[in-house]
Amino acid sequence: MQLTADERAILNGEQGETLAKVMKTMVLYGDVFGASHFVPVESEFGHIVTSFGISVMKPVYSLMDELIAGNAISSQKFTVDPRPMDFKNVPSNLLQNIAFKVMYSKQKVYEKQLQQMGLLGDDAFSCTCYMEEVGNIPEEGQVLSWAESSAVSYANSVLGARCNRNSGIIELFGSILGKVPYFGLLTPEGREATWEIDIQTNNLPEAQLLGSAIGLAVQEEVPYVSGLNRFLGDELTPEVRDYLKDFGAAAASNGSVGLYHVENLTPEAKKQGRGIIREGAKKLTIDDAYLQEIYDAYPDLWEKADAEPKLCFIGCPHLSLDQLHSWKEKIARQLRVAGKKKVAIPTVLCAAKPVLDVFEKRAAAKALKQMGVTFTSICPLMYMNNPLCSKMPVITSSNKLRTYTSAHYLKESELLARITGGK
Amino acid sequence: MMREFQGRVVVPGAAKAEALVTTKGFNTLASFQKSLMKSDLRAICSDQNNPDLFGKALAGKAICLPRTIGSTTGGMVLYCASAMGAAPACLLFSEPIDSLAAAGAILSDVWTESSLPTVDSLGEDFLEYVKEGMLIEVMEDGIVRVEG
Repeated sequence: MQLTADERAILNGEQGETLAKVMKTMVLYGDVFGASHFVPVESEFGHIVTSFGISVMKPVYSLMDELIAGNAISSQKFTVDPRPMDFKNVPSNLLQNIAFKVMYSKQKVYEKQLQQMGLLGDDAFSCTCYMEEVGNIPEEGQVLSWAESSAVSYANSVLGARCNRNSGIIELFGSILGKVPYFGLLTPEGREATWEIDIQTNNLPEAQLLGSAIGLAVQEEVPYVSGLNRFLGDELTPEVRDYLKDFGAAAASNGSVGLYHVENLTPEAKKQGRGIIREGAKKLTIDDAYLQEIYDAYPDLWEKADAEPKLCFIGCPHLSLDQLHSWKEKIARQLRVAGKKKVAIPTVLCAAKPVLDVFEKRAAAKALKQMGVTFTSICPLMYMNNPLCSKMPVITSSNKLRTYTSAHYLKESELLARITGGK
Repeated sequence: MMREFQGRVVVPGAAKAEALVTTKGFNTLASFQKSLMKSDLRAICSDQNNPDLFGKALAGKAICLPRTIGSTTGGMVLYCASAMGAAPACLLFSEPIDSLAAAGAILSDVWTESSLPTVDSLGEDFLEYVKEGMLIEVMEDGIVRVEG
């Protein structure tokens, strides 16, 4: 990489050994990808993926101590992924609670480190930092230094910002330096589609199933998806944004898609049309049979395949305010059909704390609570990481949660039937 | 029979280890998370979507793979595995390396005492030839010897 005099001075240790190591890491990282130079981080806020003070990840906390002691502090405030524990709103027994406290024994220490490093605020913990209520919303074209695969995917694809799929720690280093190596999804060439996906389903596919199918097929490449706007229309309405949020999270976790384009819908597809598809792009047609095959092939990691689910998580990634209302309507309708008043399986809706603060003042929240549904702002993946929880039969609407845990992903209609007492 | 493959050095270093091979994307978080949670330094692969590696010990092995996929904690997870002594002996990519794996290898190199020699762009031939259990020798210059 070509470095400026200031960058070279940092690399040579003129601002301390710690910052020199940060710079060395980022130069090596840029060199691997043929980056020619650094570019400034342009967003107001960063976003950090590591939010959990899990006791076994001591190397991360030692590294944070080293950074803070060396005055290598973030040059921008940042949001961070969700916290891991909520004993009040997420069902857990005494033994599970003890395990949580042991597992996440570093949580307070780590949150103090995050505050020293530049945490935006006490409520800044969500994977959907880009929700209006949370307020970390980058502008189109801005360069970011974010991690969290679902947030990076949303920022790139729906907001039109520019961010590589940075790893945890690397995103923090970019925020410390205030600059990132210029390569990959920051460049016009890196944003060209190398897959053309034609959706030929009869109805709008479930977002998290379609995302999974595309992620598994294209892995880390950039897909251009046509045929979806038959169902979604041509405007990024709040409902469409929510669909793309869930679609992108599944594509990012089942594969490693950091950017996708949806014909006539996402910003770059709207502006550049099919011109954004690279010559020689691979092609794939997805129909209902293709999606069913993917769905049927998900492995079953429950100890007993026919076990009764003990818990249901909805909201990975975190739900929007509209989605909370929508789930209220769907659960209430299904309960009416089943002739019941309360859910049969403990059901937890996950959303950012600032989103829940708004929602919980509304009648819909009260109605959901009466149905036996609870709300939390934790990350369900971190709940499932508890060895005493990981063995529980858990169902979910999240393909991301399925990917990283033993939870069963169910299509929406099947999920609703199960939580309201059907099969 | 021995074959040599020339790749690009991402993190320099020499290594000698038995091969573990996956032809699918290697999901770093899904693969390491259960073992790291339990401080199991054998690093038993817990990625249910990867039948090539699921249930096998990753620590000390030459992991031969096309790329890594999944959560952006991937690089940090590799860094932690290195710092805790649960890392593979080396990472050998048939394709150009992805940003998460590169981050993990470089963070291990710069910020830990241990090293994670990493070579990429070894080509499709490499992944077609190498099989689980074969002995792998990685040279500082990116040459990878595979003994069948």
